[in-house]
Amino acid sequence: MSELLWLIVALPFAGSLLLAMAGKHLPRLAAAIIGVGSVALSAIVMLILGLDFLHGNPAGVPIHQTLWQWINVSGFSPGIAFHLDSVSLTFVFVITFVGALIHLYAAPFMWKDEGFARFFSYMNLFVGFMLLLVLADNFLLLYLGWEGVGLCSYLLIGFWYKDPANGYAARKAFTVTRVGDTAMVIGLFILFTTYHTLNIQDILVATPHTWAPGSTIATTTAFLLLGGAIGKSAQVPLQTWLPDAMAAPSPVSALIHAATMVTAGVYLIARTHVLFELAPVVQSAVAVIGAVTLIVAGMAAIYQHDIKKVLAYSTISQIGYMFVALGVGAWSAALFHFMIHAFFKSLLFLGAGSVIAVLHDEHNMYKMGGLWKKMPVVFWTFLVGACALSALPLITAGFYSKDEIIWQAYASDKGSITLWLTGLAGAFITALYTFRMVFLTFFGKAKAEPAYRQGMGMTLPLVVLAFLSFVGGFIQLPDNMGHVTLFSHFIQQVLPATTPTGTAVIAGLPSGHAAEWIAQLIAAIVSIAGLTLAYRLYYNKPFPAAEPVRNPIQQFFFKGWDFDLLYDKVIVQPIVFFSRIDKNDVIDQFYTGLASVAGLFNKGLAATQNGKLRWYAMALAIGAVITLTILLST
Amino acid sequence: MILAWTICLLMGTGLLAWLASRWSDTLPRIISLAGILLFLGIVLYIWFGHPAGGRWIVHYTHSWISAFGIRITLGADGLSLLMLLLTAFLGVLSVLVSWKEIKTRVGFFHFNLLFILAGITGVFVSLDLFLFYFSWEVMLIPMYFLISIWGYENRTYAAGKFFLFTQASGLLMFLSILGLYFVHGRSTGIYTFDYEALKGTLMSRPTAFLLMLGFAAAFLVKLSTVPFHSWLPDAHTQAPTAGSVLLAGLLLKTGAYGLIRFVLPLFPQASHQFAPVAMILGVVSILYGAKLAYAQTDLKRLVAYISVSHMGFILLGIYAFNQIALQGVIMQMVAHAISTGGLFIIVGALHDRIQTREIGQMGGLWTLVPKMGAMGLLFVLASLGLPGLGNFIAEILILTGSFMASRILTILAALGFIAATLYSLRIMQKVFYGTVLKKWAIADFGIREMIVMGSLAIVIIWLGLFPNSILNGTQKMVQGVIEQVTITANMAQNENR
Repeated sequence: MSELLWLIVALPFAGSLLLAMAGKHLPRLAAAIIGVGSVALSAIVMLILGLDFLHGNPAGVPIHQTLWQWINVSGFSPGIAFHLDSVSLTFVFVITFVGALIHLYAAPFMWKDEGFARFFSYMNLFVGFMLLLVLADNFLLLYLGWEGVGLCSYLLIGFWYKDPANGYAARKAFTVTRVGDTAMVIGLFILFTTYHTLNIQDILVATPHTWAPGSTIATTTAFLLLGGAIGKSAQVPLQTWLPDAMAAPSPVSALIHAATMVTAGVYLIARTHVLFELAPVVQSAVAVIGAVTLIVAGMAAIYQHDIKKVLAYSTISQIGYMFVALGVGAWSAALFHFMIHAFFKSLLFLGAGSVIAVLHDEHNMYKMGGLWKKMPVVFWTFLVGACALSALPLITAGFYSKDEIIWQAYASDKGSITLWLTGLAGAFITALYTFRMVFLTFFGKAKAEPAYRQGMGMTLPLVVLAFLSFVGGFIQLPDNMGHVTLFSHFIQQVLPATTPTGTAVIAGLPSGHAAEWIAQLIAAIVSIAGLTLAYRLYYNKPFPAAEPVRNPIQQFFFKGWDFDLLYDKVIVQPIVFFSRIDKNDVIDQFYTGLASVAGLFNKGLAATQNGKLRWYAMALAIGAVITLTILLST
Repeated sequence: MILAWTICLLMGTGLLAWLASRWSDTLPRIISLAGILLFLGIVLYIWFGHPAGGRWIVHYTHSWISAFGIRITLGADGLSLLMLLLTAFLGVLSVLVSWKEIKTRVGFFHFNLLFILAGITGVFVSLDLFLFYFSWEVMLIPMYFLISIWGYENRTYAAGKFFLFTQASGLLMFLSILGLYFVHGRSTGIYTFDYEALKGTLMSRPTAFLLMLGFAAAFLVKLSTVPFHSWLPDAHTQAPTAGSVLLAGLLLKTGAYGLIRFVLPLFPQASHQFAPVAMILGVVSILYGAKLAYAQTDLKRLVAYISVSHMGFILLGIYAFNQIALQGVIMQMVAHAISTGGLFIIVGALHDRIQTREIGQMGGLWTLVPKMGAMGLLFVLASLGLPGLGNFIAEILILTGSFMASRILTILAALGFIAATLYSLRIMQKVFYGTVLKKWAIADFGIREMIVMGSLAIVIIWLGLFPNSILNGTQKMVQGVIEQVTITANMAQNENR
């Protein structure tokens, strides 16, 4: 069974190639069947392989498959080879399964677009690269997938290329993430020069014996890899590209900029956890970056009026939670939240896409309202997604996944009160902006009429994802509530369990189950408080149908804390200035100067040849005198 | 013998093409195409038919001017053969892209084209330094004509600049060749230009360094290393498309080839002394070239500066003195030829259709010419080093290798990735994306052009996925060069102790 592994990756690539070559000549339906079918087939192969892995392989022995030797130069010999274990299987499951649902949704969504085949060609290509990323057995192949998904993100953000703004957004995304990628590449150089291999498992096994914990080289390497991770996962300070990436069609936002690609950083850190454990400074930096990001992005989300931007900042913020989990060593909690987040966030994006589409490309929530009666399926599924995102207690999957992170931010040996409080603050903010979005969009007075009803192809994925956002949480329940550990048990085949702190963080505070009950209660209260505040502020309020007026502070948050302005002043403008002033290349001007000096000499000497006998005789006499003087004086 | 025949074949085809232009304009094209295809066939036959046996896969020697010890010594190893393959491939493409573009003096154009190819072939297989210099000149003069007759608006200036830079630096190399000839003759009594014989010449350190500089001057100018790069943007921009393809794809590579084939083995000790300077120049070229590329508004000039940047990687890699970096250099020689060749052909095709190279006049062309856009995207991605395409393999090997030699310089060079992203995506943004600025009525790539672009596309993807098919062929040669350089350097170090 395991020899089918390569098919999971090859199918989307084949679909993409087929569509790229023949897309123009295919009827729309054929293109849709190829585009959706290739990913769906890949998902089916994944399910067969995954069930086999779960049942026939209780110890979780990784499956390995080498296709061919990629490069082989004196020891530098990465192969095109795959490694499937519980961590990669989790990612492959989300990529193919959620990916297939989103592709299914996208077929009717993009039906009228002139670039229909091109769209699916890029989407399939993305799925292929993403699968390469999580299945690669060596860092170079991982890097291939890593850059490949960046490329597809670029292509899809700029998909509607006729608007220059989309092109700029695409370029920004690619460039900003490439800054992180370059750091990562340098990290790979260090790894190769130390271990003479790029095989991930070999390096992970060798690292603890080679590098001392906290050593400079381990810290540097982990730090460089972190650079790559924050670029792709849009964490502070490289988060600025993701809100602009919303220029892409909504299914793209759901798949790439919410469910899969942006979590590549989470995958990378989890995959190389050994390195991060050897570099405690960097691991705490991961937690701090996550904590800062979840607040920065959460605050920005509150002040957006564009429904997709709310979701974009929300994504940044939720990945911040995953980073906090990684930073405190709660590996399985991070991956659990990744999976649940993929369900509900793609659901929300698809729901938002439906709303935007039926309202003639209207993004502004203040121009929506009252849609719950007119689009009941979209509303109810969206509501499920919103509840999961706000982590409403007991019933939503988001509660179980996010609560686990907030709890571990306190209870893990690397946790702290500050991280815990930040997590709680984030939970409050999340509930606030989420229900602000729900109330503005679906309640209140209707300001626009839906143009049409959407069909089954778009409804089905919403329902399935809503179902998963609802029950997905029950595969992993906290110690004190049922203690179901299907997911963490599975992940712990590869990643270590979280070490709890020996004593309570602060003396006097309770520990153990009692503490966990209290923490859960607080988290539940906080998210309900956020919901209530949103209800007070936004439910059924007569807002004008326009962009809201903001005071300077609100404007600051709305602009994502003005990171763009800062980067523009500090980085972009100097680069543009520097390239402008020397457009004609000083070095070339030096040579031109040399040539004109030579030209002057030529003119000067040519002037002496004027055909006047008197002049020549004079020159002859002077020459003779000089020669004689030299001869006589020696 | 087969190598001598191939050169004669190219020259003969050139003469025949010139003669044929008396009767028709199509005839020279067909003759040239046939001649180069035959050449390609011969090279492929050697490539696949002769498993790497000894040091040289093919070797031939015949006396020429025996009074001065000048012989016709030709030899090809993995590297030479790879370069010949590239020469033949780009030769075929050059004829194809000129099919419609060149309308005046067609016969003479093809005569020059084939003589350039013959000269380049000579450079890649000469093992006699005099013959090498002779071939070096043979490829220069027809290229001068190519630019100055069939070039664009500023062709005379560009051709003159190209000629002066190349000729001046070439003369320095000739002086060095003569110097080496006499030094070797004095110490052994055998006056010869033979490469193998001159390899072990004993000389004092300053002499070696000076002679090495003469060679290096010629090769660094050809490689368009900053600060000797300024002939390149003019020559590339003004040359007709075929000229740009040959310049970027082959002529620049003769510089890299010269460094690997002659400078390193002939002057291993001096090369080590020179390495820090060369590596710094390499990094400067990468960054400065990229910066200039980003600033250009003439699309062809932009692509030309990309070459400056990419050649910087080659210089960095050569002087890292290890196999990984040197294999990367060889990969870069091929991959850059393909990717930049592709870009130049696209620019040429665009210029043919809209009569401008100014980026500000373009925009939104994807709608009009989607095939051209897709091909442009592919080669732009190749030039920014996207994994899965040939250039990435080259750059990652070079940087991995150079990281072992110098960490700081490699980190600086890695910034070239970011710079490459900036200038490459600018091409896509300004030319193919955005709104249509002018109502062009232009045709997309036709069948002939798609054959050209398609073959380039297949090669660049093939190089990215199966680089071993090339690297295996050059492995022996690279190993030989590196061993020689390191052993000699170690010996010198021991002497010093």
